[in-house]
Amino acid sequence: MINPDSVGRTFTGADLVTVTQSEIDSFAAVIGESDTSVASPTFSIRISLSQYENILTQSEIGVDWTRLVHGDQKFEIFRPIIAGDVLKCSATIETLRVAAGNEIISVRSDLHNASELVVSSWSTLVVRG
Amino acid sequence: MIEVGTVLPTKVFYLDRALLKSYADASGDQNPIHQSEEFAISVGLPNVIAHGMLTMALTGKYVTDWAGNTAAMKEFSARFIKPVIVPAGEKVDLTITATVVEVEGHRIKLDLSATSAGVKVLGMAKAVVEK
Repeated sequence: MINPDSVGRTFTGADLVTVTQSEIDSFAAVIGESDTSVASPTFSIRISLSQYENILTQSEIGVDWTRLVHGDQKFEIFRPIIAGDVLKCSATIETLRVAAGNEIISVRSDLHNASELVVSSWSTLVVRG
Repeated sequence: MIEVGTVLPTKVFYLDRALLKSYADASGDQNPIHQSEEFAISVGLPNVIAHGMLTMALTGKYVTDWAGNTAAMKEFSARFIKPVIVPAGEKVDLTITATVVEVEGHRIKLDLSATSAGVKVLGMAKAVVEK
């Protein structure tokens, strides 16, 4: 079981993530996008999911990442991510509920470049029971 | 003229195991359910499935192609209601279309439809672009 005390807590990623042109290029290549002047709209999931994994698998929270499936996803993009952005990531566990033996976690991620909010995203992650 | 009710042209993307591997490397999501048939079946899936976020990334490409600008996307959301199943040696379709549901100046809201092998794979899929 996930620790219910974690609901409502915001965790800030320990590391700043510097976005490189080569990461933007690789992501764009997969979907056939030739414009790499900005990152593709869903590029930020690369950063958010890795932050979620680091945070949610900590023993005090206790998510088993191998049993996880992605339920839904939403992005609000204030401006596109570009190479050279140095992103600070915070993740907030918004809700936690149990349905049909699965644990359903809603998490929010905010990516800031210095004080500028670049992308907010919301993910529903389902830990299969 | 873009008006509410306009249906956008359908586009088909094709997914295969090689694309899933490329997406795993580009996104950092190396979950074996997207690469190993043996593992996928061991956790109760019918076969290897595509990353939901790959489906969403391709749907995003459809939207920004229509908008004519990679930077056009302002909001984008979807539910992953059914997996895109990718058997070895096959190319499976991801068929996308959209309907304009709101127009406010340059801001356009789309309802998106994404199917694979005739099955709806994204639910409540919506995008807001500035065009």
